Amino acid sequence: MSPESAAFVTGVCEALDNDPTRLLDILLEVEAQFGHVGGEVMDLIAETLKVPRVQVEGVVSFYAFLHSEPRGKVVIRLCNDVIDRLRGADRVAEALEDELGIHFGETTPDGLFSLEHASCIGMTDQSPAALVNDVVVPSLGSSKARRGIQVLKEKGDFDELQKLLIRDHGDGNNAHPLVRSAVRNNLRQPGAVIFGPKTKPGAALERALAMSPAEVIRELKTARLRGRGGAGFPTGMKWEFTRAAGGDERYLICNADEGEPGTFKDRVILTERPDLVFEGMTVGGYALGARQGILYLRGEYAYLRPLLEHVLEERRASGLLGHDIQGKPGFDFDIRIQMGAGAYICGEETALISSMEGKRGDPKTRPPFPAQEGYLGKPTSVNNVETLCCVARILEMGSGWFSSMGTPASTGTKLLSISGDCSRHGIYEVPFGITLREVLEMCFADEPFAVQIGGPSGQMVGMEAFDRKICFDDLATGGALMILGAGRNVVEIAAEQLRFFVHESCGYCTPCRVGNVLLLERLEQILAGNGEAADLDYLEQLARSVKTTSRCGLGQSSPRPVLSTLENFREEYEKLLIEPVDGQLASFDINTALGPAKALTGRDSVHFEQQGGER
Amino acid sequence: MSDRRIAFTIDGRKIEARAGQTVLEAAEEAGVYVPRLCWMKGLTPAGACRVCTVRVNGRPQSACTQPAAPGMIVENDTEELRELRRDVIDMLFVEGNHFCMFCEKSGACELQALAYRFGIAAPKYPFMFPRRELDASHPDIFIDRNRCILCGRCVRASQELDGKHVFDFVGRGRDKRIAVDAEAGLGDTDCAATDRAIDACPTGSLLRKRVGFAVPVGRREFDRQPIGSDIERPAAAE
Ligand SMILES: Cc1cc2nc3c(=O)[nH]c(=O)nc-3n(C[C@H](O)[C@H](O)[C@H](O)COP(=O)(O)O)c2cc1C
Ligand code: SF4
Ligand code: FES
Repeated sequence: MSPESAAFVTGVCEALDNDPTRLLDILLEVEAQFGHVGGEVMDLIAETLKVPRVQVEGVVSFYAFLHSEPRGKVVIRLCNDVIDRLRGADRVAEALEDELGIHFGETTPDGLFSLEHASCIGMTDQSPAALVNDVVVPSLGSSKARRGIQVLKEKGDFDELQKLLIRDHGDGNNAHPLVRSAVRNNLRQPGAVIFGPKTKPGAALERALAMSPAEVIRELKTARLRGRGGAGFPTGMKWEFTRAAGGDERYLICNADEGEPGTFKDRVILTERPDLVFEGMTVGGYALGARQGILYLRGEYAYLRPLLEHVLEERRASGLLGHDIQGKPGFDFDIRIQMGAGAYICGEETALISSMEGKRGDPKTRPPFPAQEGYLGKPTSVNNVETLCCVARILEMGSGWFSSMGTPASTGTKLLSISGDCSRHGIYEVPFGITLREVLEMCFADEPFAVQIGGPSGQMVGMEAFDRKICFDDLATGGALMILGAGRNVVEIAAEQLRFFVHESCGYCTPCRVGNVLLLERLEQILAGNGEAADLDYLEQLARSVKTTSRCGLGQSSPRPVLSTLENFREEYEKLLIEPVDGQLASFDINTALGPAKALTGRDSVHFEQQGGER
Repeated sequence: MSDRRIAFTIDGRKIEARAGQTVLEAAEEAGVYVPRLCWMKGLTPAGACRVCTVRVNGRPQSACTQPAAPGMIVENDTEELRELRRDVIDMLFVEGNHFCMFCEKSGACELQALAYRFGIAAPKYPFMFPRRELDASHPDIFIDRNRCILCGRCVRASQELDGKHVFDFVGRGRDKRIAVDAEAGLGDTDCAATDRAIDACPTGSLLRKRVGFAVPVGRREFDRQPIGSDIERPAAAE
């Protein structure tokens, strides 16, 4: 390592007070500078922060956006989520491999390009999509991909590529000078709560500050607001617990990790209504007695960070953040942005906290719950982006206004992220209680055959469910709705979703780390035409074990693609099964099994060579 | 406060816990064995292996991390839970490369002993046959990751009992593995043959060199009696 490089690394550490709880920020900056975090650099960081080296290595190896090996100057990360693949991501992948002469996971010999896959990057409404370094490239066809590579090879200039890939900026704030992105909002249907007319920054805060913190919380309870991040926990109750926990230091965290495949509503909120999010957070700061709020932004949305920082600056300048906010003596609150680094599990609130503390993104043991002991051991409330917007609007417009929308137990509106086989992908703000059929009509779904509701951790339902209602007590969803038209193979899709969970499991507990791999193995056997009836029972039992014994929400819901498709589309599995011959195991092929031995010995088996492919 | 007893039941049997005890600890004191693997007396519980899964008021929880609370109804030795535990143990077997009949730890291995206790003759899941690295760089200790079950006992024992940080996890999901605090290998760390972390390993993944068969097979802890027997006592007559 050159002295300059070493000085850079120690400088980054120094700037964050050599604080080991800021390890993730340090590593992200070092990675941005060198393209990776090599062994020597890990040694230096460990020494500077006075932490064991293996701890640094543990963190680097956990996150998809951190690497211990050098990669190309241009890193292309193609999204290989289900919807992207349905919409041609595989052809784009082929074009990229072909053009660059490398496979995914490799770097070109000249060190210019690396190809990687990314789990859903929050762009399924404009798929296939890729991240080229930090730049989001939506609607990427194979010819555009080829042309991009050619331009880059000829000119060797990243700016040129950016010009080619991003010829038009998206709508709204996507064209903001601080964003300049090709991403489109696809805001199809605004509703009254989130995407209604913009309100004056500070309006909700003004009303909140006229009340006591307990009254603010009571207002949320009266509005019967429930969390929008998936679990639907009553927000007022969560804040009450957090406030009631002892000590004088508390934290409010806005969960902007938005990792559930097929979900992209928080992206659009952050693009178009950042003030509303920060307003909700500030109200939260007041209600909880927290002095610091943190917005945990997924690494894939790094392109939105300059805009968000700018809005924060504006709010500081107008007295909506900082000391004695809006003239309220003693009400001090500020917000910082914490970048994530490519890990779906970090959307789970305790894993998110681990990650913010500079650790591997492992979920924490509960109890204690974050409301008792959260970030840095202090009482913490973690709330979704959309939830915090609802908070601001409830304070502004009153709980009665809010609860007049939706159903008695699911008040207000819900943002749906709609993608898949329909002609109008995008964001729909609908009142809770709307039926699935109404939603499908709204987005012009063509011949819908199945709907994946709530992303892979939700459920796959068929036509018999189309009259069910979207709300917490019926079809609950964090907002993702993936529509599958006639002719789609639901078993293949379940396998794809299991691939996602296998990739994203943190590996902490046995059932999630191992069980998901086993579920996927059997789905692949069935898809390869080697499945038999007994495999369906096997899958069901295994899925139930993983669901029941897993330590956190990831493993408790990862078997749902299997369980819900087995329940609602069993005949799709049955079509793929074969009758075992003479009681032999359908999945067993002697020649495949002998493959490694043949390769090692360099000869065929004397007994089995004549039998060819026979079982 | 600390001598106030917390009364609850396990499989209908009345148990009294002290404040701060987990379900697993309280059960153990009362003579009820809750099968466990990543838990070890004296270490912070991790809740990682899930072998200790019980139902608390109907909800699945890891007994090693669940604080005892008054009036809890805990299910432990039920057919459903035995089945779930068998599944988890099976998963650990197929995930690694375990060759009990040649292993130095045979008879003293908690994974093997649990398999016997649960009547597992062969796992029902297909073997994964992963490629795992060995590390024999230390003069007195070697790591055979083939036998590692990622319980994290060595990680915690090194920190909590030895006052070091020799071991930790790297990688994520199926690529998660045990690593040591040096780029090259265990030989470059401050690990010593006397470290309690080595004894903490429930399997044959961390072993001392040259003493593998000091106690002959057949005369080891679990050769004599099934795992958990030292804990189990019949309920006291009421
Ligand atoms: C695997 C997993 C991933 C999650 N990802 C997110 C996420 O990306 N965004 C989010 O708001 N909540 C996510 N959650 C839910 C959070 O744990 C938490 O319940 C939520 O942020 C609370 O906010 P709310 O009460 O406003 O819904 C996830 C949960 C699990 C188990
Ligand atoms: S080496 Fe042993 S103690 Fe350490 S994680 Fe592996 S099995 Fe557990
Ligand atoms: S002993 Fe409780 S989870 Fe391992």
